Amino acid sequence: MGPNMTQLGFFFDNNRCTGCKACQLACKDYKDLSIETNFRRVFDYEGGAFTDNGDGTWATNSFAYHVSVACNHCAMPACLAACAVGAISKDVDNGLVLIDSAICIGCGNCVTACPYSVPKMNTETTIAVKCDACVDRQADNMPPVCVDACQMRALLFGDLDELRSTYGNTSAIAPLPDPTMTEPSLVIKKGSYAKETGDNSGFIGNEAELV
Amino acid sequence: MTGQDEVKRLSRRSFVKTTALATLAASAGSSALASLYGCDPEAETPGASTSSVDEKIVWGHCAVNCGSTCALQFHVRDDEIVYTESDNLGSAEFGDPQLRACLRGRSIRRWLSDPDRLKYPMRRVAGTRRGEGQYEQISWEEALDTIAGEMKRIRETYGNEAMTIHYASGITSGNVNTSAVDRLMNLTGGYLNYYGSYSSAHIAAASTYTYGGGNYGSTFTTLQNGQLVVLFGNSPSDTRMGGVGHTYDFSVMRETKNLRVILIDYRLSETATAQNCEWIPIRPGTDGALVAGIAHVLITENLVDEDFLAKYCVGYDEDSLPESAVPNSSYKSYILGMGKDATAKTPAWAAKITQIPEKRIIDLAHEMAESDPVYICQGYGSQRHSNGEITARSIMVLPQLLGQIGRDGTNDGRREGNSAISLGSLPAGDNPVKTRLPTFLWTEAIKNGEKLTSLNAGVQGAEKLSSSIKFIWNYAGNTLTNQHSDINATHEILRDDSLCEFIVTSELFMTDSAKYSDIILPDLTMQEQLSLSKDGYADDAEALIFGQPVYAPKFERRGIYQVCSDLAERLGVSEAFTEGKSREDWTRELYEAAREKDPDLPTWEDGLALGVYKRKPKVIVSLKAFIDDPEAKPLPTESGKIQIYSEKLAEFARTWELEPDELVSPIPEYDPGFESYLNLTEEYPLIVTGFHYKGHTHSSYANNKVLEQAARHQLWINPIDAEPRGIKTGDQLRVFNARGEIRIEAKVTPRIIPGAVALPQGRWHNADMAGDKVDFGGCINTLTTLRPSPLAKANPQHTNIGQVEKVNGA
Repeated sequence: MGPNMTQLGFFFDNNRCTGCKACQLACKDYKDLSIETNFRRVFDYEGGAFTDNGDGTWATNSFAYHVSVACNHCAMPACLAACAVGAISKDVDNGLVLIDSAICIGCGNCVTACPYSVPKMNTETTIAVKCDACVDRQADNMPPVCVDACQMRALLFGDLDELRSTYGNTSAIAPLPDPTMTEPSLVIKKGSYAKETGDNSGFIGNEAELV
Repeated sequence: MTGQDEVKRLSRRSFVKTTALATLAASAGSSALASLYGCDPEAETPGASTSSVDEKIVWGHCAVNCGSTCALQFHVRDDEIVYTESDNLGSAEFGDPQLRACLRGRSIRRWLSDPDRLKYPMRRVAGTRRGEGQYEQISWEEALDTIAGEMKRIRETYGNEAMTIHYASGITSGNVNTSAVDRLMNLTGGYLNYYGSYSSAHIAAASTYTYGGGNYGSTFTTLQNGQLVVLFGNSPSDTRMGGVGHTYDFSVMRETKNLRVILIDYRLSETATAQNCEWIPIRPGTDGALVAGIAHVLITENLVDEDFLAKYCVGYDEDSLPESAVPNSSYKSYILGMGKDATAKTPAWAAKITQIPEKRIIDLAHEMAESDPVYICQGYGSQRHSNGEITARSIMVLPQLLGQIGRDGTNDGRREGNSAISLGSLPAGDNPVKTRLPTFLWTEAIKNGEKLTSLNAGVQGAEKLSSSIKFIWNYAGNTLTNQHSDINATHEILRDDSLCEFIVTSELFMTDSAKYSDIILPDLTMQEQLSLSKDGYADDAEALIFGQPVYAPKFERRGIYQVCSDLAERLGVSEAFTEGKSREDWTRELYEAAREKDPDLPTWEDGLALGVYKRKPKVIVSLKAFIDDPEAKPLPTESGKIQIYSEKLAEFARTWELEPDELVSPIPEYDPGFESYLNLTEEYPLIVTGFHYKGHTHSSYANNKVLEQAARHQLWINPIDAEPRGIKTGDQLRVFNARGEIRIEAKVTPRIIPGAVALPQGRWHNADMAGDKVDFGGCINTLTTLRPSPLAKANPQHTNIGQVEKVNGA
C-alpha cells in the first residue's frame, strides 16, 4: 500500500435503514446487472418469538433490522490473496479493491474466499465481478449510485479515517462476519436492535433474495 | 467526503451542470440556465431525438399510485435509456428534500423496455370469450371507430348511467392524462359516478361523519421533542417510500426529535425495524376493541379532557347528545357498559379480543395520557376491513378524548398529512349524471344495477340506479380482476358480454384485467410524454417535476389525450374537447396558470432545464383553524363540531337495509365485522390478510423481474402456525378458502402474530380459468370477498379466513 493512500470506504447507518433496497436496485440499474447478480445486498436479520400468556394474549420479543453492504474494499482483502492470477489489486491512492477483467480467468477463488460473498461470477462472460464503489463516477466527484439512492441518507462514501473519526470504529454487526478476518473499510452506526457478529439469537430472514 | 455534505455536481463529458443548479433548486430560475444543457430543448417536441452520440439527460417522473411522485433522471444514448438516476440536485443532507426514487423507480428502465409491452391496438378474437386472452392486431382506425360506435350505441340504448369509467390508478401523477377520459365522457353525456377508493373508502366515510370529510391530518413535521407517536395499522416505511414521502419526514423527526414511537399492527412492518419503534402485535381487525379498552381507562381514571369534549365534540356524554338521540346512546355510556349491550369495555374485555395483554393496554392508555403532545394516526390498514368504517372512527376518537387536536405535535386520528404545490389538471368539466355509486359495487351494478338503491347499496344522488352498467372505459387500471375482489366470481360476471356489453382498456401490458377487454389500446408511459407533475399526495415537499419524453413513441403506442381527441372527433365534440389545443399546449397553459398564482415558480423554459423544482413544505397542524375558533370556523358536519355521535349515522342505522351481522352505529363502537376471527372454523382456522409491499405498487411493476428477485412474493406465517403444518421458509404453499386457492412461497417469521397469515397484494393473477382456477401468481384477490362493508359499501380486502397447507412434494 502507498504511504500517501487515503483509504475510501462506506458508512452505513443501521439505525436509519428500513431495508427498502433502493441502494441495491440503483446499483443494479447503473451496472446493468443480471437478475441473479447484486453488487450491494440488503440483509434482513430477524429473531425472537411469541409466547402464549395462557389467557388468550401473546407476549413477544420479536425483532428485525436490515444491513446493507456492498464491497468493503478491505485492508486485508481475502479475494486479492486468493486470486490465482493477480487480477485483483488494491489501488495505491484510494485503497479500492478492483478486479481487472482483462486478467481474470474466472477461476472463482475470490468468490469462495470472501467472507462477505462479494465477488460474483458473471455466467455470461465467465469472469468475476463486484462492486467497485462506482470508481468511474469519482472523477466527477460524484458518490457511488447507492449513496445517492438511499432514501434515509443512511449511506456515505469517502475518506475512511474521516468517517471513523465522526462515526466510530464499528464494522461488526450480525449477520456480517467477524471484521478481524479482512479488516473491511466500513463504518457502521448500530441501531437499537443490532446484534453482535456471531449472534445466533436471530437468523437471516431473506436468504433467497441474497444472490 | 461526498454524500452527506453539499455535493458538487461537476462537469461530466457531454453535459454541464453547475453548482448554480443547487441554488436554483431552491429559488426561482435565472436566465443563466438558458446556457445550460441540462435538458435538450428539442426534446420538448415529442419525436425529436438527439443526433449526437453523446449521452443526454432527460428528466421524467414516476407516475404510479404509491403516494409519491419521484424524479427520474434518465441518461439516454441513441434513443435508449442507459441508466437512471434520480433527484440529486441540491443538498443531500439529512432533512433536505430530494425526490429520490425508491427501488421501483430505480428499476424503471427494465420495465419500460420490457418486450411484453403492448405495441398495437387489439381486438378480442371473434368467437372467444373475455378472460381467454385471445387477441388480434387491428388498425387504430378500426379500434377508434369501434369504441366510438359502442359509446354512441350504448348511451342511446341504455342511457348515460350505463356508462362508466373504471376505478384505476396505474397512472396517478402528471396533470393532463388522469382526467382525459372523464373530460370526453362528460362532453358526450356523462357517466355513472363512483365514490370511495379501494385505498380509503372506509376511512373516507368515517371522516365524513366525524370531521366532515378528508383522510389526512397533520404532517409529521409538526412533531415535538421527546413526544409519543402512536400508529394504528400504518407503515410509512412500506407504503410511503418516496424520497420526500412521509417515511423520510418521519425518519428525520424520529432521529432529530428523539421521539417515542409505538406501532400497533398484526405485523412487524419495516417501520418497526429502525429507529427504536415498539411493536404491539394485535389480532387483525380488532383495533376498535383496543381503542375501547383504552377509552375505558381514560374515562374511569379521569384522564379525558372534558373541557375539550364539551367545547368541540357532540355525543361524548349524555349531556352532549343531540335531541334525536335515545338515552344511554352516548360514547361514554357505551364504554362504561350503560349502553344497550350492557358491557363495560374494560382492558380485560379488550385483551381477549385483541390478544394484547391487559396490562399493556392499561399502560398504553397512561402513556398516551401522559405525553403532551401526543400524535395519534392510522394508516389504511386498519380500515380496509369488513368493519373498517367504525374502526376508523374509533381510532379518531382517541385524540378527541385526550384533547390532542389542533396544537403543535398533535393529529386527529386520521392519516399523516402533507403540503403540496398547487397545479391544475386538464379540466374534466361537469358530469351531467348526478347519480353516485360506491365504487366497489360495480360488479353488483353489472349484474343487478336497477336493484341497487340508496337504502341497500349506498346509492347517492338518486333513489336507485336507472340502469345496469353496460360500458366500461378502463384507463391504466387493473381493477377489473386483479385488484378487485373474488376474481373467480368476478370472472363469471365479466365474461358474460350480454351483461356489460363493451370494455375498452388502454394499458402498457397484458394484465389480467386487460384480458377481459373487447378492445385493448397500447398506451405510452408518462416518461414517454411531456408531463408536468406536482409532488404526490403523500409527498411532504412542495415540488414540481418537468418531465420530457425520454424518446419518441415506439411501435404504435399513443397517449390517452390523443386517443380521446380522436374519439372526440368521431363523437362530434372535437372542438369542445381539445379547445384547439395539443397536449403540450394544455400542459403549458396549466403551468402558466399555476405560475400566475404562485410567482415563485420558475419560468416554463427554466423549469424544463431544471427538471425538478422544489422548496421546503409548510408544517400543517390539522383542524387548527377550527380549534382556534370553533364558532367562526365550524366543521362541515351537521353539528359544526366533531361528531362522536352522528345523527346521519343514526338515521342510516334506522333506515338502511342491513344484514344481521352488519352494524352501522351513530357512535364508534367495536364491531368484529363479518368473516372475523369469530367466524373461524376447523376448515378455515386462520385469518388471511394482506399488506402493501415494497416490491411493486399495487399491481404496477409487479412484472418487473429484477424486483421479483429483490423482494420475493411470500406468505408471512408465524412458526407457531408453520410448525404443525410442517412448513419451512421457501416451501410452496396452497392458501385457500371457499372462494379460491393460490400458490405462494412461505416466509416463516416471528414478525407476524400467530393465528394470522399475510401476503402482499398486487401480484398478477395467473390461473387456468377454464380448468381448476388455482392461482399460481399468488394474487390475494383470488381469496377476497365481493361482499361490501356496511357503511361505505367498500372493499373489505383485508378480512378473510382460510387455511394454509404445504404443497406435497414441493
